[in-house]
Amino acid sequence: MSERSIGLLGDRKKARLEELARASAEKGGVSLFRDALRRLRRNPVAIIGAAIVGLFVLVAVFAPLIAPHDPVQRFDELTRNLTVDSIPGASAEHPLGSDPLGRDFLSRLIHGSRQTLFVGVLATLIGLSLGVLLGAIAGAFGGWVDVVLMRLTDVMLALPSLLLAITLVAMASRSSQWTVIFAVAIVNVPIFARLLRGSMLAQRESDHVLAARALGVKERNIVLRHMLPNSLTAVIVQATLTFAVAILDAAALSFLGLGDPDINRAEWGLMLGVDGQRYFDVRPELAYFPALAIIVVALGFTLLGEAMREAIDPKNRR
Amino acid sequence: MQARRLRTAVTLAAVAALAVGAAGCAESDRSDDSGEAKTGGTFIFAGAGDPKNFDPIFNDDGESFRPIRQMYDTLIQHKPGTAELQGGLAESWEHDPDGKVWTFKLRQGVKFHDGTPFNATAVCFNFDRWYNMKGAAAQSQMIYYMDVFGGFAKNENPDAGKPVYNKCEAKDDGTAVITLNQYKGAFPGAFALTALSIASPDALKKGDADTVKQNGDSFEYSSFATSTPVGTGPFTFGGWDKAKNEITLNRNPDYFGEKAKVDKLIIKIIKDENTRKQELRAGTVQGIDFPAPADRKALSGEGFQVLDRPAFNILYLGINQKNPKLKDLRVRQAIAYALNRQQLVQTKGPGGTKVADEFMPDTVLGYAPDVQKYEYNPEKAKQLLKEAGAEGLTLNFYYPPDVSRPYMPNPQEIFTVLANDLQAVGIKVNGVPRPWNGGFKDDVQQFGKQDLHILGWTGDYNDPGNFVGTFFGRGKVEFGDQAMTEMFDAIAKADATVDEAAKKAAWEQVNRDIAAKWLPAVPVWHAPPAIVVTKDVKGVVASPLTDERFNTVSVSK
Amino acid sequence: MLRVIVRRLLQLVVTLIALSALIFIWLRNLPGGPVEALLGERATPERRALLIKALGYDQPILVQYGKFMQRVLTGDFGNSIRSGDPVTEVIGRAFPATIELALAAMIIAVGLGVPLGYLAARWRGRWPDNLTIAGTLLGISIPIFFLGYLLKDVFTQNIHWFPPSGRVTTGLDNTEVTGFFVLDSLLTREFDATADALWHLILPAVTLATIPLAVIVRITRASVLDVLNEDYVRTAEAKGLRHRTIRGRHILRNALLPVVTTIGLQTGALLSGAVLTEKVYNWGGLGTLITDSITGGRDYPVLQAIILLAALVFVMVNLLVDLSYAFIDPRVRVR
Repeated sequence: MSERSIGLLGDRKKARLEELARASAEKGGVSLFRDALRRLRRNPVAIIGAAIVGLFVLVAVFAPLIAPHDPVQRFDELTRNLTVDSIPGASAEHPLGSDPLGRDFLSRLIHGSRQTLFVGVLATLIGLSLGVLLGAIAGAFGGWVDVVLMRLTDVMLALPSLLLAITLVAMASRSSQWTVIFAVAIVNVPIFARLLRGSMLAQRESDHVLAARALGVKERNIVLRHMLPNSLTAVIVQATLTFAVAILDAAALSFLGLGDPDINRAEWGLMLGVDGQRYFDVRPELAYFPALAIIVVALGFTLLGEAMREAIDPKNRR
Repeated sequence: MQARRLRTAVTLAAVAALAVGAAGCAESDRSDDSGEAKTGGTFIFAGAGDPKNFDPIFNDDGESFRPIRQMYDTLIQHKPGTAELQGGLAESWEHDPDGKVWTFKLRQGVKFHDGTPFNATAVCFNFDRWYNMKGAAAQSQMIYYMDVFGGFAKNENPDAGKPVYNKCEAKDDGTAVITLNQYKGAFPGAFALTALSIASPDALKKGDADTVKQNGDSFEYSSFATSTPVGTGPFTFGGWDKAKNEITLNRNPDYFGEKAKVDKLIIKIIKDENTRKQELRAGTVQGIDFPAPADRKALSGEGFQVLDRPAFNILYLGINQKNPKLKDLRVRQAIAYALNRQQLVQTKGPGGTKVADEFMPDTVLGYAPDVQKYEYNPEKAKQLLKEAGAEGLTLNFYYPPDVSRPYMPNPQEIFTVLANDLQAVGIKVNGVPRPWNGGFKDDVQQFGKQDLHILGWTGDYNDPGNFVGTFFGRGKVEFGDQAMTEMFDAIAKADATVDEAAKKAAWEQVNRDIAAKWLPAVPVWHAPPAIVVTKDVKGVVASPLTDERFNTVSVSK
Repeated sequence: MLRVIVRRLLQLVVTLIALSALIFIWLRNLPGGPVEALLGERATPERRALLIKALGYDQPILVQYGKFMQRVLTGDFGNSIRSGDPVTEVIGRAFPATIELALAAMIIAVGLGVPLGYLAARWRGRWPDNLTIAGTLLGISIPIFFLGYLLKDVFTQNIHWFPPSGRVTTGLDNTEVTGFFVLDSLLTREFDATADALWHLILPAVTLATIPLAVIVRITRASVLDVLNEDYVRTAEAKGLRHRTIRGRHILRNALLPVVTTIGLQTGALLSGAVLTEKVYNWGGLGTLITDSITGGRDYPVLQAIILLAALVFVMVNLLVDLSYAFIDPRVRVR
């Protein structure tokens, strides 16, 4: 639910987004970035957040090495005692026991980090690219283009995000991993668009852009070489927060029966929303572990994102 | 402060509940083991979905039939807990040697809820009503009528076929004679179909029952169907509160059979299986339908009565012969050998599930005990594939991820297991999930896009034609089996056989040939759905046809 | 001003017509649908053809759309395919349920969130602050349906404090007037029904309140901190005004402005959360209606009415906001 991140951004979301973007743009991206990094390293919240995120990414990248077994293989020793109302628990070979199909639950959890990272990163990237594109166009051209695009983002921001995602899944011919990624991504487009537009607007009148223009640099190059890079800090911060929201939204879609239908895929949201729900009374661990993983990772990204935002917030630079 | 207020609220509600309970107790003092004793109180049963409406003929799903069964009766009934027939509104019936003229001796002194008498005229009124129904909107909703009787007096769809029904005559008050144009194996079982329940002619007329209005792209039903249904059953219609999802039915004190023991029957609609279970545990409902297979053992351990319905269904793996490779019987047999159905039943089948060797349960007439069985044998499967030159086969396997059917509580898992088995013998499976109502049935049954798919069926009455005939009685896009005319002819012949012994023999041969010679699909399992009630509830008899009537139910406290 | 309003309203009508056409045609081009759902396993080519004819799907899509618009102009949005009830009635039934739930959640979120946020700010950097912040972070990181599941499991299955689902006890004989059960029972003086409805409302409302609660706590905290640093508060403190007076007269009043704005902004979050909460607690509101009309066989009339209604509400709200800006600040020209 992207309202979570919007809400956290402050009182008037649009104004605040733009203010932040302006703040990051004003000083010039690079020096601000260094400045922020310095402050980040002194912030324990940032360190916890970064540690969680780092660990998560590491596990995801090296999942095949860490996981004891193949996540989709069904094991005879597990299926032997598997019935619909009892799922084998922990053993030496399978430390977290079986999943409902006789697969190694621990390996699925570990591999789940991969799929979850994949869904989160892709949803964030798609939302980000579309949003950045819209925002850059609006900010660079101004005038009626700006008005139309911002009107569009207004409406999208006003729509409850999960409803928008559900509608998109309904409007797709069927649900698949990609509809989920896309539905979760699209919800974030207006946020990024707003963010980037604000930053661009602030820079249009800034000294270095005016100077470049005076030197006769082409407008396209001004946008690409000067304005965009300076806006990226704010975008990266928002992307960090968006990631947490994306994996929560993907889990919610699975719970509603509109998520990724392929249960061979180990993805935490899917594991929690489907198996976790169905076998809650038989083996609650099937819900607890993916839920815990989601909570910790979402928390990690939120902590990191918040700390990063605080670091670039002009208020803290006194 | 907060906590205290909360507790007050809880206490208040608890007191209210106690008061209601006490009132129930006062009435239930009389013993409930004598057959006719009224115990009073309310039986609250949680169903799994919304009914459509309460006019039997316009319905075809179990959730609509649940309340309808409490309010109406059929000419012939099922013996409780079985698919065998017994007298209902008709005390007895007989047919001529051709199976075309059916004479029903009707029960005397039966009255509809509105006080009008039940007699042969009323029976014929109902049959004539169905036969003469006008308008595409109405006809399109009469699924079971078309199933049994084919066409109408005037078909809205020219392809609908000739009517099987000819006429109904009221010889006298107690004798109705129904004449058919042709015999079908469906009779007499079809006369027990809930959709063919007998309604009060008076109420049908008053409630404008035949008018199904088409409003834009949907239908609007008559007041008879929505708010004034009148039958002869043990309960009368109280109301449907759609804001609360509750259907209230009241005891019919004039019921001709065993009068209802409870005063009131409430059907509460709870779509989520987990929530149904939790309501049962919380004691807010006294019975639930379709518990999750995973919960049955736990529930019975907690003292609830988990009543298995004898499995009257079939789950099959469909094979589409549109794919030329699958036209080869050896490839289809290889698929059958590749599936470890025994393991699927053990790991994913609800308690009491059995591996299926035929496309109908063994309680149905014409089940052959000696058909060719395909025991799990991956080596043989590989060998057959090799012989057929079909190694490295890639197949599109369609399945509905989002639905739970009585014969298929969890298609995602069933698909994953079956696909796994097929991969193991070298068949590459490309899983194609399609939402149940978002293209699965269309893709599979109308367009035939799949190579393999899982689907199933719950039987309506004890007749092999209702199972095997439905699947393989004619060429279907679903199986791409249009060329198997030998099979269609054999089934048509068996279905038209009137003599019981000959009929049995004919169907047994059909089943043997399907397994050994034709194998248009692979039968997977028969899975019994269950019904759960609290230990205070007595008199619920689980029916293979989900044909439970709650007049025998009592709730003690 | 009036001309502007008229022009914007006209734009609105055009937008809605275009949107309705888009949704109408799009939905009908999706695979599957009502015919498939109505026939279930019993579909045969003949039955399918008959039903398609009966439903009018055999006509050209523009003709279908024309007929639909004709009816809409008379206020008739068609009937639900599943139940045959008028769509307006179906939505009208679900609406009060969702509003009742959302309001209750908002009351909890504000009632707890503002004091907690204030306390956190007063104790900035100390343990009450840290605890509150940690709580809010957890609140926004937990999948809301999972929280609902946990609450439901603990409070209805392990300790039986609350009922597992529904809006009132099954079989309760309460009078329905407006569809808001709490309000209805107060109006008709059926106070036991009030207690019952409230009792059913608590768990879902708490579940739904989690995210707005977390957000409100943080906004209040930030806002109070801002105000504490303002000159007039320092002046008041320097003047030696009593703490209570400062708190009531200066801090809270000024700090609450942004909080009120946030509450408005959280409506969207509430509706998103309601979809999940309603499913967990079998609460017959709009959220349940939407998911059911999608998964239960693409109930076109209901779906398109809900989407249009949502679009209408949001476009209207947008218009009102624009107009009110113009009203408050003459410098803003409404285009």
